[in-house]
Amino acid sequence: MDELLRLLRKNALESPHNLARMLRLTEDEVRRRIAQYEQDGVIRAYQAVVNEDRLDLDRVRAVIEVKISPEREGGFDRVASRVARFDEVESLFLMSGTYDLLVFVRGATLKEVAWFVSEKLATLEGVLSTATHFMLKTYKDQGVLMHVEERDEKLKVSP
Amino acid sequence: MKSSRSRPDFVAPHLRDVPRSGIRDFFEIVSQREDVISLSIGEPDFVAPWHIREAAVFALDRGATSYTANLGLRELRQAVAAYVRRSFGPSYDPDTEILITVGVSEALDLAVRAVIAPGDEVLYHAPCYVSYAPVVAFAHGRPVAVPTRAEDGFRLRREALEAQVTPRTRALMLNFPTNPTGAVLAREDAEEIARFAVERDLLVITDEIYSELTYEAERVSVVAMPGMRERTIFLNGFSKTWAMTGFRVGFACAPPGLTEAMMKIHQYTMLCAPVVSQRAAIEALRGGDRDRDHMRAEYEKRRNFLHAGLNEIGLPCGLPGGAFYVFPSVAGRGLTSKEFSLRLLDEEKVACVPGSAFGSAGEGFIRCCFATDIEDIKEALARMGRFVRRLST
Repeated sequence: MDELLRLLRKNALESPHNLARMLRLTEDEVRRRIAQYEQDGVIRAYQAVVNEDRLDLDRVRAVIEVKISPEREGGFDRVASRVARFDEVESLFLMSGTYDLLVFVRGATLKEVAWFVSEKLATLEGVLSTATHFMLKTYKDQGVLMHVEERDEKLKVSP
Repeated sequence: MKSSRSRPDFVAPHLRDVPRSGIRDFFEIVSQREDVISLSIGEPDFVAPWHIREAAVFALDRGATSYTANLGLRELRQAVAAYVRRSFGPSYDPDTEILITVGVSEALDLAVRAVIAPGDEVLYHAPCYVSYAPVVAFAHGRPVAVPTRAEDGFRLRREALEAQVTPRTRALMLNFPTNPTGAVLAREDAEEIARFAVERDLLVITDEIYSELTYEAERVSVVAMPGMRERTIFLNGFSKTWAMTGFRVGFACAPPGLTEAMMKIHQYTMLCAPVVSQRAAIEALRGGDRDRDHMRAEYEKRRNFLHAGLNEIGLPCGLPGGAFYVFPSVAGRGLTSKEFSLRLLDEEKVACVPGSAFGSAGEGFIRCCFATDIEDIKEALARMGRFVRRLST
């Protein structure tokens, strides 16, 4: 992967000036490449990774395994894209193995998520079964540890 | 009643003359301050990769708490042999030519003590890491500095070597990539140094602890040059490559006679490297390539950033080809490197090591380590910029 993308994935707020210094490029070149990535749809969005456990929020997250029957034309894609459009769905993947879709869902309450699964998801044409798992605690999300580990202190000056 | 003047001094005279490390002096000043951003460390800011730590934990779990063979675990020596062959070229026999040591620091001491007789001269290029001259002095040898210059990218030139060599010269110590300058060894320089060593019949002790942190340049070791294997003690370790400084494990590769001589000292003074650390080292060699590459890529970006930033604020420096130090000039402001560092620490709370800690050839420079979090580097640069602007008004 382009080092520029790697840096942006780590810190999307990094300024073009700093990125240029790190990559030994001109600032203009950095801006041009970012614009190109955005235009090509390589960069889809810039988001903050938030540790929601630290906020006093009413929210529930769940992972749902969904079995669906593939269609003659379009395979899994038609059902998947219908599922993806729900606001409740945060992430959606087609999987190998004993189920087909893995759906990450968010709601304000357990009831709300349960309602979404039973009313919206399970009733979709082509959906055969669902199995819902509620998330209890986030340890790491999108490559970011949510709890700061205590580290052994290093010397300030060393050989 | 005895006065303090007549109190007997039990310290051996050849030790009395060796100064304390300038780094340690500085450490004591810095450690009394708070909120200091430190560019004066000499170790990675990363923690050793988890799979390596886990291997150490697993070893403890299984009861790995004993001595090992003096040479080190055979499994580790075999892994080292394969690694050295793959990465540097020469083949070493794990049974007779590889010694696992307590860091490269011990290996360096063993190498010098194994070959230096009282009065022998040892060449080393300067500015250089703080250990080289003292280790020679401890062995009753005479350390002879061979200066390298910033204008020349701190390369080691044959002319400079020729100017210092005498009939008493026995060995040459090399450290490329170099702490503190970040200089790397170009192929033509390695060839020239090898020819010099062969013609003068010198032993070469090469400390290549930073070899894995070579950036765009070709990685060249003097041991791979013609005629060098039989007259080289090759030293390397795990500390810098895999952020394992506290594990204290390194190794020496040399022909059987030299390895045996080093082993003799090691056997009577150290016995063996810590077994848990040796287990961790095996894991590093077995599965650590990706971590190494990842850390190197990180350092490279930070290097670029710090190099550009220092030049922008008026502290000129070359782009270091290896290690994790930038060595900018602070000359021309009426301050010694120590005064510059102390004032920078006092006024802006940024710690850099004065170049004079690395010998007189380092005067006029400071060592800035970029194995430091990028956010800290940014803040340090902002503060240093302020400081330099104030000095020039």
